[in-house]
Amino acid sequence: MTDIGSSLGYGFIASLTQVVLVAIGGPLLMGLMAKVRTRAEGRVGAPIYQPLRDLRKLMAKEGLRARYSSVVLAAAPLVVLGSTTLAVAISPLVTTHPLLSASSDLFVIVYLLLTGSITMALAGLDTGTAFGGMGSSRAITIGALAEPALLVAVIALSIQARTSNLPTIVADTITHPVWTSTPTRLLALVALVIVVIAETGRLPVDNPNTHLELTMIHEAMTLEYAGSDLGLITLGAAMRLGLLFTLLVNLFVPWGVATGSSVLGLLAAVVFLVLKTSLLAVVVSLIEVHSAKLRLFRVPELLAGGFVLAVLAVITELVTR
Amino acid sequence: MSTSRYRRGSILRSLFSKARTEPAAAMPDIVPGIGLRGSLQLRHVDVGSCNGCEIEIASAFAPTYDASRFGARLVASPRHADGVLVTGVVTRNMAGALERTLDALPQPSVVVACGDCAVNGGIFREAYGVEATLDSFVNVDVRIPGCPPHPEAITQALRSLTGR
Amino acid sequence: MVLFMAGLGCCVLGVVAATVISLERRVIVVTLVGSVGCLLTFTAASQVLVSGRAESFHSSLVLPLAGINLTLDPLGALFVAMTSFVGVATLVYCVGYARGELRSRSALSLLLVFLMSLLVVPAASSVVTLLFFWELMALSSMLLIMVEQRRRVETRVAAQWYGAMTQLGAASILLGLLLLSTKGGQTFGDIRSHVAALSPTLRSFAFVLTLIGFASKAGAVPFHVWLPKAHPEAPSPVSALMSSAMVAMGVYGIVRVGNDLLGGGTLWWWIIVVALGVVSALFGALHAVTSVDLKRLLAYSTIDILGLVLIGVGCSGALAASGHPRTAHLALIGALLLVVSHAAFKGCLFLGVGAIERATGSRSLDHLGGLIRRIPITTALFVVGALSIVAVPAFSGFTSEWLLLQGLLHGFVGKSSPTLIMLLVGVVALALTGGLTAVAFVKVIGIGFLGQARSTAAASAHEVPRTMQIGMGILCIPCVVLGVAPGIVIPLLNRAIQTGHSSSVSRPVETGIGLSLVHLRGTIEPMLLLAGFVVIVAVIAGANSIRRRPARKVEAWRGGGDRPTARMQYTATSYAEPLQRVFADVLRPEIDVEVTHAVESHYYEQSLSYESRVGDAIERLAYQPAIRAVTRVGLAARRIQNGSVHRYLAFGFIALLIILVVLA
Repeated sequence: MTDIGSSLGYGFIASLTQVVLVAIGGPLLMGLMAKVRTRAEGRVGAPIYQPLRDLRKLMAKEGLRARYSSVVLAAAPLVVLGSTTLAVAISPLVTTHPLLSASSDLFVIVYLLLTGSITMALAGLDTGTAFGGMGSSRAITIGALAEPALLVAVIALSIQARTSNLPTIVADTITHPVWTSTPTRLLALVALVIVVIAETGRLPVDNPNTHLELTMIHEAMTLEYAGSDLGLITLGAAMRLGLLFTLLVNLFVPWGVATGSSVLGLLAAVVFLVLKTSLLAVVVSLIEVHSAKLRLFRVPELLAGGFVLAVLAVITELVTR
Repeated sequence: MSTSRYRRGSILRSLFSKARTEPAAAMPDIVPGIGLRGSLQLRHVDVGSCNGCEIEIASAFAPTYDASRFGARLVASPRHADGVLVTGVVTRNMAGALERTLDALPQPSVVVACGDCAVNGGIFREAYGVEATLDSFVNVDVRIPGCPPHPEAITQALRSLTGR
Repeated sequence: MVLFMAGLGCCVLGVVAATVISLERRVIVVTLVGSVGCLLTFTAASQVLVSGRAESFHSSLVLPLAGINLTLDPLGALFVAMTSFVGVATLVYCVGYARGELRSRSALSLLLVFLMSLLVVPAASSVVTLLFFWELMALSSMLLIMVEQRRRVETRVAAQWYGAMTQLGAASILLGLLLLSTKGGQTFGDIRSHVAALSPTLRSFAFVLTLIGFASKAGAVPFHVWLPKAHPEAPSPVSALMSSAMVAMGVYGIVRVGNDLLGGGTLWWWIIVVALGVVSALFGALHAVTSVDLKRLLAYSTIDILGLVLIGVGCSGALAASGHPRTAHLALIGALLLVVSHAAFKGCLFLGVGAIERATGSRSLDHLGGLIRRIPITTALFVVGALSIVAVPAFSGFTSEWLLLQGLLHGFVGKSSPTLIMLLVGVVALALTGGLTAVAFVKVIGIGFLGQARSTAAASAHEVPRTMQIGMGILCIPCVVLGVAPGIVIPLLNRAIQTGHSSSVSRPVETGIGLSLVHLRGTIEPMLLLAGFVVIVAVIAGANSIRRRPARKVEAWRGGGDRPTARMQYTATSYAEPLQRVFADVLRPEIDVEVTHAVESHYYEQSLSYESRVGDAIERLAYQPAIRAVTRVGLAARRIQNGSVHRYLAFGFIALLIILVVLA
């Protein structure tokens, strides 16, 4: 009984650590990526913790609801943030024994993120404006085309590990380090980087700093949100970024994740995760700096490329077994 | 002509070298009662400007004078903004749009008048298309005089709101 | 068996009641009798599923020449239970929905005949019984489609297409099953025992022929052309029954003939099944994305989901044929769970569209909008079905797709290349259709229910009668229950797949509340996930509402422009336009541009008309030319009939001569 109690307690503490880490770290990652961009532009730029300042200010403001909107607009921030937080809580970010690790399946995480995307798209349509519909249409098109690449890349990893349970994959990769250098993993990594760029709305798929509504994809869906609602949505988007980056890092470079049940291991894992994810964020930001935004109808070609790489990853796995 | 300051170089080189931004001036007086604490998003509204102030605002957010290091940012939607940055004199055609923009702001909000035209009508005060001056429309919190104002002045005005 | 026969007897009683009882009470009485019948058959089927023992009934009286043979074994009982459940919901819905032609004697009695034949087909255990009730099912549904044929021309065309294709399918099934009964008798028991004596070529022929017929019923591309025509034209309760239960009979047929009667078969049979499934899934999903008519969208979505089921059935057969029975059973359980959840959510969605049609008078998405404020209860019930089909976690679509994916995933451990390629293609198709289905149903919910109303009819929508909502609600229950606690039906599914495999099969999935694979690593506990989600949302909402003013209602921000109209919103066509452009090669939209030039100069245009339609490409490129060719041959053959009796007698004489020569 004490075993279950202590493992439940450990899982709870670990999951809580993960949620807090991603909730604070997600905005910090966005700030870091913005900082790399501004330094590349040769200016000082806002500090890395500027997104946290923005969030603090937003949460204190009032929310506004459009006249023809419904409960969907009001509930969407909660659902987006809730589904992303659940995905963060059950993912193996700092430990291989988070809460509900039995249900921590790759497909559960993928479909939880899909739930968030769908809710955002519905909220965009709920405003009854042209911009909202446009952002919703574009975002869900890109999501629909990124979904196959994501699922097939995830399946490639699952075939290699003989399971789709995420903590098990991470734990097995730690004990079999040779897996990380297989062609399967490398192809899946490239495919997943393309998918992560599309899902988080970074260049070259979407420009997060654009002011022109006709070039917006994710921004256009949130044009109608204000105050605390906007704060929740922004936090949800930041946590989604944090989750995708940390998952990417942990699937391909899992060393540092705590496998035991000690608090010291947990703290060390937090440090390692922060280091690894920051490195990935800098790399992605450099990709952003070097690329121009793709025309909307060229984005499917990019995602199709990612899809082909993912399929190649599966084929490579089957052939090299 | 010396090209050392603007020599073409790789992006990576600029990542590791010193930024080309002007050093920050002395901290201005903070406008009381705003309490933005380092985060200010403004929606720029041109109600009837000659675009001179817009060029200076663009310079204020450009690498040389960089207002974003003090936490200020321009945003696309007034819903995302803490206030409006108004340039130009209030013309008849844009009066309605300005009203709707102000209505779309979440409270509490600020109004920043940039340039002589926004502050007191400037040189276009007596023109036929002018509806009113900004002061008669709405309570203005910060005024930036000048035709056009220096980017440094714009940055200092924004700092007086953010307090950083 | 007694309960099952009693249930069928109730349905017959209902048919009689429909013809006898007068107009005011007809619908209620028929519904009551029919529902009692369905409840009896549901209980009978559940008993068989729980105990695992089959029950039989034989009589030489009911059907001429061969008599009727019924056997309720676990596989059939699963489909009977599913059909009865959908039947009860549909009948309750009919009480509020039936109006005009649907309340007539013929319509209601046909409805019960249709329901009864749907219940008997899974229980049939001889070729004659199966075919008799298959034809009855087809004919009654064709007549039901034509219930409202006086109002629309398309209804008659749809019924013609449906009748022709279902007859061709039935002929194909007949041929196939006849081939199987050449040695020994025509009951399934006889066929099973004599199948080893048939030559492999004969068995393959039989499988392919029956596959064509059953796949056509299940809506597999390229035999699907009737589905997008027939399902929309039928009244909504009939559409719901057709889309939930009747297409499942196609799957039942394939599983019964392939796995049970033919004992598993060879690998290349199942390659064909997977190929049909993959093409159906992609084709259906793409057309669902670009459809504007709600019922047509749902019909294509049925093709999509049934394609996924066929992928599961095909991969299961292939894995069994290449020697991996455990993963084969896992894939088959996933496919069957998907069939059951599809029945629930598709039925709910079709009934919902009927409710929308009743409330607003239109089922075109471009004329709807803002319904969430006018008809909130119908919206909520519809959204449950839509979330289920999109595979949001904690709904039944997600758990069934997860199980199917696990079946395909764990099948990759084999070594047989064709199986691996099939599994890969199947997995790719699953991945591709997931996103496309999400787009289609976000479009439906977002444009149909949210935003502003796009027509006066939608702006003045009124809530539908309570019985219609109850009917939809009954079907929402499995959507949620199977999503949160799928482990409840797992023992029943475990028993259903054991039919046809004489050796005792280890259960692929553990019993419990969630899903947990045996000997393989894979679990999900949707109930705990849902609990976690609720807790997290409650915490966020609570933290958010501390010392906060309630949100203000304001006009939407439209860039500072004047008061907007509902016309400025996105329509269903514009919403799907990016995807239509990306997949233009598959969809082949027909674009007509007509330009009228000004009289004075050819360089100026007076008027321009643009029309873009996404029709069914397979119908246009394959079926229409074939129909034209057959018509040409038919017209040419008319020259034989010139009215001269002498010529006809000469034909008869020559035919007799030829037969005598051949027999000699």
